[in-house]
Amino acid sequence: MLFPPGPWRSLLFVVLAAVPALLLALTGSPFAPASVILLLVVGAVQIWRLSRNEEVPDKTDFLPDPANDEAAHVFADAFPDPLVIFGRNAEVRFANLAAREIFGEFRQGASFRLRFRTAEMMDLVDAVLRDGRTHSADYAERSPLERRYRVTATPLPGAPGHYLATFSDRTEVWRMERMRSDFIANASHELRTPLASVSGFIETLRGPAKDDPKARDRFLGIMQDQADRMARLIDDLLSLSRLEMKPVLRRRQSVDLQALMDRLIGSLAHLAGDNSVEIHCDWHESPRLVAGEEDELFQVFENLIANACKYGSAGGRVDIDARPVEIDGQRSLAVAVRDYGKGIPKEHLPRITERFYRVDADESRLRKGTGLGLAIVKHIVARHRGQLRIESEPGKGSVFTVILPLGQNP
Amino acid sequence: MPDSNHTVRAFDTDLHALSDKIAQMGGMAESMVFDAVSALVRADESFVDEVRERDAVLDRLQREIDEKAVLIIARRQPMAQDLREIIGAMRIAADLERVGDLGKSIAKRVSAISRDSQPRSFYRGLEALAELALSQLKDVLDSYASRSVERIPAMRDRDEEIDSMYTSLFRELLTYMMEDPRNISPCTHLLFCAKNIERIGDHATNVAETVYFIATGRQLDAERPKDDDSHKVVYET
Repeated sequence: MLFPPGPWRSLLFVVLAAVPALLLALTGSPFAPASVILLLVVGAVQIWRLSRNEEVPDKTDFLPDPANDEAAHVFADAFPDPLVIFGRNAEVRFANLAAREIFGEFRQGASFRLRFRTAEMMDLVDAVLRDGRTHSADYAERSPLERRYRVTATPLPGAPGHYLATFSDRTEVWRMERMRSDFIANASHELRTPLASVSGFIETLRGPAKDDPKARDRFLGIMQDQADRMARLIDDLLSLSRLEMKPVLRRRQSVDLQALMDRLIGSLAHLAGDNSVEIHCDWHESPRLVAGEEDELFQVFENLIANACKYGSAGGRVDIDARPVEIDGQRSLAVAVRDYGKGIPKEHLPRITERFYRVDADESRLRKGTGLGLAIVKHIVARHRGQLRIESEPGKGSVFTVILPLGQNP
Repeated sequence: MPDSNHTVRAFDTDLHALSDKIAQMGGMAESMVFDAVSALVRADESFVDEVRERDAVLDRLQREIDEKAVLIIARRQPMAQDLREIIGAMRIAADLERVGDLGKSIAKRVSAISRDSQPRSFYRGLEALAELALSQLKDVLDSYASRSVERIPAMRDRDEEIDSMYTSLFRELLTYMMEDPRNISPCTHLLFCAKNIERIGDHATNVAETVYFIATGRQLDAERPKDDDSHKVVYET
């Protein structure tokens, strides 16, 4: 533009209008009153435009622009916490690598408010845009994994119209607080049942069955089973809450899934033998590397294959098969664990990953299930940004498919 | 927000204001549903009043969006993407307002249910259903924020998952009622809550379709998975 809008342009207009008015007034022309009115109108219009916010020019064009500075990006991307820079209209100008990994891609100019929609974040953005001071708020992200952040928003010094939001992860602290109540709510019932049975048998052993060696043996066996069950339950509960406290998986290492599977099948040979099941693994020509954490993935497939051996033993075999797929434009590996057992009735399918959900409580108890295995699997898969698909046909067997994004070749 | 810069900058400001209001409504609707379901599961009535208050705010926001949208159409006579943006905002606002209503109606049932305590297993299914519906709602609103439509067809298919979960829950609650007539009253309330959550999933799907329309100018195929089989569930004694 020839002359940028702003107070100087307004002054120019007023002066341009004032010159003819003055000339006409000096020469005593009959048009003088009209020109004075014109002058007043022009002045009023300029004052009105100046008073409107959006007509004030965006000075950021002339100043250092942190959102488009390559060198700054290198530093920002190396920073472990998410950072987001937004402008005067709360439009996102830059998001560092951590932010993109945790909150997904940000389009240039996407609305910060739309992405972080909670009332607390709205107030935070309003406050920092209004008074230009540093403010903080708590932000909760609930899906796919529950996470809590302390968000601090502050104007960037030296770059007017740019605001920086930093997210620090408070999930662990918050989990610790919640864990106790959750543990009691989830576990009290599950732990009570075996406990009640143990104390019932103790009572019997001290009373009526005091001098009955045969009954004593049997009861002690049952008590042992119940105590084992409680121990397994506590193990699984702890493992689940440890997983929930872990930070978001990022900068993932690659895991050789085929090698992992070989080790796993070796360690499960005993269980497979007990259930007279044969495990076949077919990798076709699929890639072997997926992005993820080795121990966690081991847990996933250990649970799935052990389940297949236990609940699908009727079929006599368990097939594992891997093939490359593309999910939402991302190259991934789909690993299917298939059994040929009695399958899962349709009405239970959507729910079997819930904690303590059991299709058949008696069978689960018999097979030493805790009701937490699939909940753990689901959580780990979600942490890996993968998918868990479950298909089953009663009488024919079930297929559990885990889809994981491919890893980089080292 | 469209990337475009309009010659009249006030038009951009108008569109910004519109999508900011949608953001506010979305966040509020999400937290209402979450709070209502946690109130129900934890038998904690402290959130209930707050949920009701927020419903009033949600209604007000929807009216504001409608008024603002009509005003923009009248004043700026938008075309193409801009017009879709505005019509879409109106549609999404209507869906979110309904989500808020459904959340409120869940919250209202908290006091009716929590009088005597039921085993926690009653609520577990509802919790899982709500989790599914909320993550659907969140993904849809995120895709509105980023205007990315690649995942929308998949999102719409996820409604099927919610429906089949609802059918399964229906069956489970029916079983509890058969077991003990004292369960009938709480389970009936829970059934209504489950139905409400299932409806929230439907509204999320509507929003997904609207986002697709805004971004591409095309409608998704009319056929849409309908897999609520609960009308077929019969129990014989």
